[in-house]
Amino acid sequence: MKAYLAVFRIRFSHTIQYRAAAAAGMVTQYAWGFMELLMFSAFYRVSPEAFPMTFQQTVNYVWIQQAFLALFMTWFWEMEIFDTITSGSIAYEMARPLDLYGRWFCQSLATRAARCVLRALPILLVAFLIPGPLRMTLPPDAGQFVLFLVSTVLALFVVVAFSMLIYISAFYTVSAVGMRVMAAVLVDFLAGGIVPLPFFPPFLRSIAELLPFAAMQNMPLRIYSGNIAGADALWGIALQVFWLVVMGLAGRRWMRRAQANVVVQGG
Amino acid sequence: MKLYMRYLSIHIRSQMQYKLSFLLLTLGQFMVSFTALLGLWFLMSRFHTVEGFALPEVLIGFSVVLTAFSIAETVARAFDLFPRLIANGEFDRMLMRPRGLIFQVLAAKMELSRVGRLFQAAVMLAYAIPASGIVWTPDKILTLVLMIACGAVVFSCLFLIYAAISFFTLEGLEFMNVLTDGGREFGRYPFAIYGKEVLRFLTYVVPMALFQYYPLLYLIGRETSKFFMFLPLLSLLFVFPAYGLWRLGLRNYKSTGS
Repeated sequence: MKAYLAVFRIRFSHTIQYRAAAAAGMVTQYAWGFMELLMFSAFYRVSPEAFPMTFQQTVNYVWIQQAFLALFMTWFWEMEIFDTITSGSIAYEMARPLDLYGRWFCQSLATRAARCVLRALPILLVAFLIPGPLRMTLPPDAGQFVLFLVSTVLALFVVVAFSMLIYISAFYTVSAVGMRVMAAVLVDFLAGGIVPLPFFPPFLRSIAELLPFAAMQNMPLRIYSGNIAGADALWGIALQVFWLVVMGLAGRRWMRRAQANVVVQGG
Repeated sequence: MKLYMRYLSIHIRSQMQYKLSFLLLTLGQFMVSFTALLGLWFLMSRFHTVEGFALPEVLIGFSVVLTAFSIAETVARAFDLFPRLIANGEFDRMLMRPRGLIFQVLAAKMELSRVGRLFQAAVMLAYAIPASGIVWTPDKILTLVLMIACGAVVFSCLFLIYAAISFFTLEGLEFMNVLTDGGREFGRYPFAIYGKEVLRFLTYVVPMALFQYYPLLYLIGRETSKFFMFLPLLSLLFVFPAYGLWRLGLRNYKSTGS
């Protein structure tokens, strides 16, 4: 456990050095959130009754999404891991007395957490201060906020567990950038990354909400905004735990198989 | 031009060496814009109109932006990778050669997998052109062609500006993505839905509305003045500041050293 914490700490302080990149990213995300909200307000003007969430809930959803983007984005990969596998230096990694699945998992968690820490607070600060209807509000009550925090951590773990599966697949297909992009984009969509799930047509929505991808950003963002509350929120968190366990176990098993079969060419 | 064609054929042949990976990459690109379309479709089927635009009309605007963007990205992708050219010294070698610099940079990389997006744009157009109820007289067809062509130029200019900035910073600047990728993402809808300020910005500063929103009004018959038809040409003025910045950067360029 201590070793994993160390991996986390090293990675975290490594990533947190890139402040200029974070500043540039913040400007991007701020502009992005703003445009997104302007788009939703255009639809809101057309017919408020057809809106499946309240407008304020949508506003909160979008701002939290932008602030915590680094935690939840599915199209972000640790290139190092792919390089390790394709270049063969995996051999050294396997020689180390540390479970590789756990190590990579911690490394991914740390990168995402550090990137998020740098970006989230300034974005949230601005989102709370802008005047007018696009201003962000606090969650309905303290209990809801606690549920949101729990759900955020779980969502982060589910996202990392999912990307672990993609990393492991690199043992079998050496170069599959296209596949990776496709998987990431589709998953992001089903997690409510482009349009929140309540905006989906009812039939698709009921399917999407049961898929493991709904356990990603969809859950914490909707809990924060109050769109999912009380017993529903607890049920949602249970679903997150379930998918985390399933994906984690599957990833671990698969990793063991892959490691057993891996052949590194010498030379 | 002949030399450019030669380069193009080299790039095609080299990328075709890895057929499966090329195909998957193309599919991946297709998927990226496909989910954007799916999102748009979900919203449009829920609300039916936005700012008075119906689905086929919105789709015309979207496919114009997407087509223009993919053309620009295929051709001018090298500018996107330009910071790397500077960092590894490749650009210094280009300075030695007796050919135009912009030409050389353009020829350095052509990203053909972007046809995935182009394909989607074509499908959307194929649906929207008959469904929009527009009577396609020659002047409307000309408008559409102008929109796409000028849009490709504007997006290419944005890539050029991105490259020019990296003369100073030596690395890419993420916030330029707001204009390039953002232009593509938010160009899904006619730019007027984002309110007056955004529209003004996209008219006078980065002229994306000039090739999307205004001529679209002409296409669907909300505006009948021929002025709107030729507005895309006005967006070509954007070439001057972009090229100016590039020259400025070039004059200040000091190599990164070894």
